[in-house]
Amino acid sequence: MSIDKDTAARVAKLARIKVEAEALPALAAEFNTILGFIEQLNEVDVEGIEPMTSVTPQRLKRRQDVVNDGNQQPKVLANAPDAREGFFAVPKVME
Amino acid sequence: MSDLNKLGLAEARDLLRKGETSSVELTQACLTAIDAAGALNAFAHKTPEIALQRASAADLRLKAGDAPAMCGLPIGIKDLFCTKGVDTQAGSRILQGFKPEYESTVSQNLIDSGSVMLGKLNMDEFAMGSSNETSVYGDVVSPWRRGDDTAALTPGGSSGGSAAAVAADLCLAATGTDTGGSIRQPAAFTGTVGIKPTYGRCSRWGVVAFASSLDQAGPMTKSVRDAAIMLEVMAGHDAKDSTSADLAVPNFEAMLSGDTRGKKIGIPKEYRMDGMPAAIETLWADGAAMLKDAGAEIVDISLPHTKYALPAYYVIAPAEASSNLARYDGVRYGHRAKLEAGDGITEMYEKTRAEGFGPEVQRRVMVGTYVLSAGFYDAYYNRARRVRTLIKKDFEDVFAAGIDAILTPATPSAAFGLGEMIDADPVQMYLNDVFTVTVNLAGLPGISVPTGLDAQGLPLGLQLIGKPWEEGDLLNTAYALETAAGFVAKPGKWW
Repeated sequence: MSIDKDTAARVAKLARIKVEAEALPALAAEFNTILGFIEQLNEVDVEGIEPMTSVTPQRLKRRQDVVNDGNQQPKVLANAPDAREGFFAVPKVME
Repeated sequence: MSDLNKLGLAEARDLLRKGETSSVELTQACLTAIDAAGALNAFAHKTPEIALQRASAADLRLKAGDAPAMCGLPIGIKDLFCTKGVDTQAGSRILQGFKPEYESTVSQNLIDSGSVMLGKLNMDEFAMGSSNETSVYGDVVSPWRRGDDTAALTPGGSSGGSAAAVAADLCLAATGTDTGGSIRQPAAFTGTVGIKPTYGRCSRWGVVAFASSLDQAGPMTKSVRDAAIMLEVMAGHDAKDSTSADLAVPNFEAMLSGDTRGKKIGIPKEYRMDGMPAAIETLWADGAAMLKDAGAEIVDISLPHTKYALPAYYVIAPAEASSNLARYDGVRYGHRAKLEAGDGITEMYEKTRAEGFGPEVQRRVMVGTYVLSAGFYDAYYNRARRVRTLIKKDFEDVFAAGIDAILTPATPSAAFGLGEMIDADPVQMYLNDVFTVTVNLAGLPGISVPTGLDAQGLPLGLQLIGKPWEEGDLLNTAYALETAAGFVAKPGKWW
């Protein structure tokens, strides 16, 4: 499976990382090197083997469904690049 | 007393308790050493005011006879741990200026035990790297050199700042994190001790996430005893991390008897790689002989899926990273790109992430995005998770057959030069983790112990891998190996 420049562009778009058109061929080549390495996994017989979901056999703990945190709006917003009137501010998303 | 910064945790603790030194004196010695070691670039953010304030408080507790385990001991904290009110950037431009409003559980445990934070340690960006060359703060330079050659060497990565700081005596010990070898490989490169505990032993809460099913914190220290002391403080159940194990943490230091008689130590044949340097072969054979002399039984074993660990890792880790790093969108924290008139929210995301992430992080996020994308999820991601099940089963089988611990080299070579791998393709850099990554995939504890020097005078380490939750037994075997090896070399001071 070889990745071309269009696939590289599609992946960059999905990852929301801007990649200039002239950088796409090199990026595609790097993907191909890494994916070529990953292809080795096809040699393994995985028939009937479950995909791992948890490395240590454990059941996630449960707790009462009650509010146990909150009321810290200034702390939540303290590191925002743009916060106004108690909200995160972003460029306009709707006309 | 001079050279207090050269002490380990255990020695300094004992002197403090006898009243023969103070935490302020220890801390001053470290701060002086840090200021004189700018050339190493190990500390990214220094916190001398916090350090001296905590040291004074620790001295009061020591005087009052109320000293917890690490009271008054100055340490460095990897930049990946959120520290309240103190810059935390994970070595990335995208978190520039981020000052968390909270403290990670592990660093809080260290505060509660009375330890003193000297500052935040440089690291590969988002812990992605094996040479500390992907950091926004610039490369960390190892205090070690090849004999009289002045070429700058890597301290390893991603916990390169931690390893360099401990090896150069800028602090008594440091925290590290390990997703594929990021504690054990830099420890091996710098002649220090590093342990990655069992997955779930240390809380991940407040540790900037890379690959959540693999990430674990652990100590980087000057001795196995120090690792035992510090791991006990760092570990423990935390309700804020749902994968944190609700198990009692034993007194690891009390388990260091050095008695390994009757222990079965496995030597996995798959770790004997083509082209392995003779120095590593010799180191490994010598380590096995030392444990045999100490009364252990050496057994040849097989871990048949070893070869597939790195390719499985380079599917699973990028996949998890692409999900975890989706949060860096220029909205809630860190860097936001300057926008042109008419740019919308998508342009904001794309420009912010292109400016904020370095090339290696971008590469891994995109590889992760690809292997999780529609049509490839089964072929790559699910297949890698199946292979991971088989890798874990390899270990379960040998432990079930009576093996107590497994001895391997920690790295395929000694430290290489900074910039030496610049023209190599990414996969060649990934091969650094070939002996360590299996342990993360299987969730096991692993420790790197310095046991020798190569022909150029650079340190080499061996790795011991233990059973889940049996860090105490593993540390004891490591202690026996450390005692037999008698590694005392230190880098000559040139900085």
